[in-house]
Amino acid sequence: MSVWQAFIELLKRDLRLAMRRRAEIANPLLFFVMVIVLFPLGVGAEPNLLERMSAGVVWVAALLAALLTLDSIFRSDFEDGTLEQLLLSAQPLSVMVLAKVVAHWLVTGLPLLLVAPLLAMLLGMKSAAMGTLMLSLLLGTPVLSLIGAIGVALTVGLRRAGVILSLLVLPLYVPVLIFGAAAVDAAASGLPVAGQLYILAAFLAMALSLAPVAAASALRISLS
Amino acid sequence: MPFFYSSISVTDLANSTVHLQADSVECSRDDRLLFENLSVEVSGGEALILEGRNGTGKTTLLRILCGLRRPDEGEVRWSGVPIEECAVDFHRHMVYVGHLDGIKRELSALENLRVLQTLSGRGRYSVEEALEAVKLGGFEDIPVHFLSAGQKRRAALARLLVTDARLWVLDEPFTSLDVHGIELVESLMDTHLSAAGALVMTSHHQVHLSAGVIKRLNLSEG
Repeated sequence: MSVWQAFIELLKRDLRLAMRRRAEIANPLLFFVMVIVLFPLGVGAEPNLLERMSAGVVWVAALLAALLTLDSIFRSDFEDGTLEQLLLSAQPLSVMVLAKVVAHWLVTGLPLLLVAPLLAMLLGMKSAAMGTLMLSLLLGTPVLSLIGAIGVALTVGLRRAGVILSLLVLPLYVPVLIFGAAAVDAAASGLPVAGQLYILAAFLAMALSLAPVAAASALRISLS
Repeated sequence: MPFFYSSISVTDLANSTVHLQADSVECSRDDRLLFENLSVEVSGGEALILEGRNGTGKTTLLRILCGLRRPDEGEVRWSGVPIEECAVDFHRHMVYVGHLDGIKRELSALENLRVLQTLSGRGRYSVEEALEAVKLGGFEDIPVHFLSAGQKRRAALARLLVTDARLWVLDEPFTSLDVHGIELVESLMDTHLSAAGALVMTSHHQVHLSAGVIKRLNLSEG
């Protein structure tokens, strides 16, 4: 069996599992929508104020929604023993980890990406910034899933991992948030955004190549 | 007797030697020494049965033998090579069924086994044949969480048949199986041993094997 076949098979398995537990997909999406819908109610519906904050609000909400779902990358596999089987499989563990992260992003990151323009419009974001918002989320949210996978892999053996996971992962999320929101802000003011997007793309390239290996090693430690 | 083992030819097995050796391994947990200077080995046609009271480290030793845990001292070797150095080859020839079934509750037995078969390499038998052999025919399309604990265990044990593993590492394989289930698994073990496979297991039940050489190791005795 080639590695690629195993990758596809595991990806399909995780997507099938997600389809059978739809509540888990709906949860982060609902959180994302609620935060953004409630925000104007909290700060007041002054158009200028909302427009200025829209990039930051959408990005922070996306980041927290991603954080909310991280535990599900490995938790259920750990609890029913399929993670052990993954470790003992005859395929490289880092590739299997990557398959799981890709599935996680498709299930939790992609829906956020799709509703984001609608919600940004709700906050009065300029239409000129929409493209950049989508692009920055497209580059940024996979980084959140990849970095998160390392954190979850390290903490999956602990009973109450929630707080430690947030403390581990949030500092690493901050650069993504800064450059993501900055790109959208710059686009809204008509400034060039290539710099910020290139940095996000660099984050993604780095996370794609290093995170699966790091998460695989962390899993071996967690399960021993 | 499962019908599909008959197709194994003798020459097929001669070229795959099975030899797992633990060389003076030591392990402690929470500052408590479980065992030290422990050496065991198992080759094709042999069954190693680990015995001992609860908490003497049977499961820990099994996890060390299959490479999930590293021993504090000593080494585990597969055909003479340390298992960390030949992990892919070792994992292709080894199958582990632990306390946890390693079965996804939301997926059917068929879907579960198909993924596991892809992960652990080429299988000699199809998933359907394996499910038939553990008497789960007719239940293959039902999500596993609708099945009973014993049926779930059978689905987990069907994994032994879908891969090409020469070494079976089983932790309490008879848990939640009924009398017929136990007989069935014992007969699977017999065919595995007589086909020059190796077996390492723990069990609180009396194990009745008619084929192979049976070695016992009691971890309670110093």
